[in-house]
Amino acid sequence: MEWLNSIVYGVLLGGLYAMFAAGLSLIFGVMRLVNIAHGDLIVLAAYLALVMTEAAGIHPLASLVIVVPLMAAIGYLLQRVLLNRTLGDDLLPPLLVTFGISVIIQNGLQELFTADSRKLQAGAIEVASVRIVEGLSIGILPMIQFAAAVAVIAFLQWVFYRTAIGRAFRATSDDPVVAQLMGINHRHVFALAMALSLAVVAVAGVLLAVRTNFDPSIGPARLVFGFEAVIIGGLGSMWGTLAGGIVLGVAQAIGAQIDPGWQLLAGHLAFLLILALRPEGLFPKVQA
Amino acid sequence: MSGAAFRIEHANRSSRIGLALWAVILAALAAAPAWADRAQLRLLAEIYTYVALASLWNLLAGYAGLVSVGQQAFVGLGAYALFWLSILGGMSPLWTIPLAGAIATVVALPVAAILFRLRGHYFAIGTWVMAEVFRLLASQLSALGGGSGISLPVSVFMSIAPSRNAREFLTYGLALSLMAAVIVLIVLFLRSRYGLALTAIRDDELAARSNGVDVHRTKLVVYVITAGATAMVGALAFMQKLRISPDTAFSVNEWTAFVIFITVIGGIGRIEGPIIGSIVFFALRETLADLGSVYLMMLGAVAIVVMLKAPRGLWGLIAERYGWQLFPLERRVVYIDSQPDSH
Repeated sequence: MEWLNSIVYGVLLGGLYAMFAAGLSLIFGVMRLVNIAHGDLIVLAAYLALVMTEAAGIHPLASLVIVVPLMAAIGYLLQRVLLNRTLGDDLLPPLLVTFGISVIIQNGLQELFTADSRKLQAGAIEVASVRIVEGLSIGILPMIQFAAAVAVIAFLQWVFYRTAIGRAFRATSDDPVVAQLMGINHRHVFALAMALSLAVVAVAGVLLAVRTNFDPSIGPARLVFGFEAVIIGGLGSMWGTLAGGIVLGVAQAIGAQIDPGWQLLAGHLAFLLILALRPEGLFPKVQA
Repeated sequence: MSGAAFRIEHANRSSRIGLALWAVILAALAAAPAWADRAQLRLLAEIYTYVALASLWNLLAGYAGLVSVGQQAFVGLGAYALFWLSILGGMSPLWTIPLAGAIATVVALPVAAILFRLRGHYFAIGTWVMAEVFRLLASQLSALGGGSGISLPVSVFMSIAPSRNAREFLTYGLALSLMAAVIVLIVLFLRSRYGLALTAIRDDELAARSNGVDVHRTKLVVYVITAGATAMVGALAFMQKLRISPDTAFSVNEWTAFVIFITVIGGIGRIEGPIIGSIVFFALRETLADLGSVYLMMLGAVAIVVMLKAPRGLWGLIAERYGWQLFPLERRVVYIDSQPDSH
């Protein structure tokens, strides 16, 4: 039963990782950009929510109403002002610029909020749980998080394949030059993709902050988890990303069950194993 | 077809001046124990460490296009090899440094086999994951203090040299020699056929491939050599620190962020870049270090501005403007007959 509990815990945790991964996967799909600052932006969203809850006294989940559009606006500007200039054939500029942003966010947060660890207080909902059978109960909050992850991925899938902006994303991804000839402003499209990515980051950041303690230095590890989920699931596949997150979450939960020191290591090893045996990931998007 | 009588010249006027300049600087630095105090020697040795690490990262990212943000994996591996072999194996720390390099070279092979499946940006984050794996494994080494680390016992560091001054001079000399060796190694490597292959790959990977350049092999050679040398630098750095822990040995900030900033600010893809970058980095650090995290933010901002406005770095600006090169690296065909073969 202890094992079942930890596997269920791992699956639900995987939802959070899938959310880290979805934003990463989205911008890579549209503009081949890997955002090294992704994890730090998750932490930034968590701190924004912290400021909202402390200043306005609102519930952390209610702060999403402000944090999501705010992060989306930051994403739009970041892409328009800075990151669009780095895109091209050379890999280095986007990598190094986002690396620089990562360092700036981390140290900026440390300057403003110190290195102390913080947490968003969500009240009674934090400890509420549903008993499934004797010895197995599932927390309400982890379930909300998992449901949110599924909803976010379903939403992204819908945007990508059912809307005009999604068509613009796919067209720009396939060939930015032809997309421009068709009257698409690729700079604007890229900025919208980054805005959408950071909107997802905002949801992930707030849910992370309700779940665990956070401090300015935890961003890079979130980037790594998201990245691992993307690769495990298979590049370019949104639902694969959810599967990747779950595999990662379960691997960590099993590792932790064996020895607490093995939690992170087990996740990384699962990732390396899949990379070695099946480098295209579990559910690769079929390449035309 | 008559055998063409030509040779390849690497040096030109500025590189000859450059070499003379380096010889003078190296001689002055080698004599530093005579003119510098203990704190200055330590600072210089730290600068050498960063010049060496940045030069190696430059070879990897600037020449071979392998943008790694996980070189701390090999810094830490080298450092842990030194502590393991000298504390548990009873070896003299000095002899463990080349051994640390050898170990890292061997470890780099399977690591590359996995990471080379990832392309471009994903390779970068993959190297980071690998470094995290190394860090977590190191924190499982209870014989070396696990997560909290361990100090080098007095008996071990006394075995380096009996007196404090002798130890300081010895480690200073080692740091200087290691830096010089790394730079000479890189110059020789770039002048070899591998260097030519790297240039071809950088300019056009497809064209290089179709001319028979084995791209995978060339990159693998660079990755493995860099790993070995990085581990030796790491081992020496922690022999000076006398204390190790997983978080310091595998620190992404200290061993990768700083190194990348140094290389980008100085000029990526040129040997002079990391040297210039290190001088700028330490000049800033010595004047602004009190600012703490604000200093790091400034460094990040400077790197972003340099990347966007002057992607070839400070030395790139100088080199493009005046055509200087301080190392004999260009390739110029010189015909031995006064007339090029015309029949």
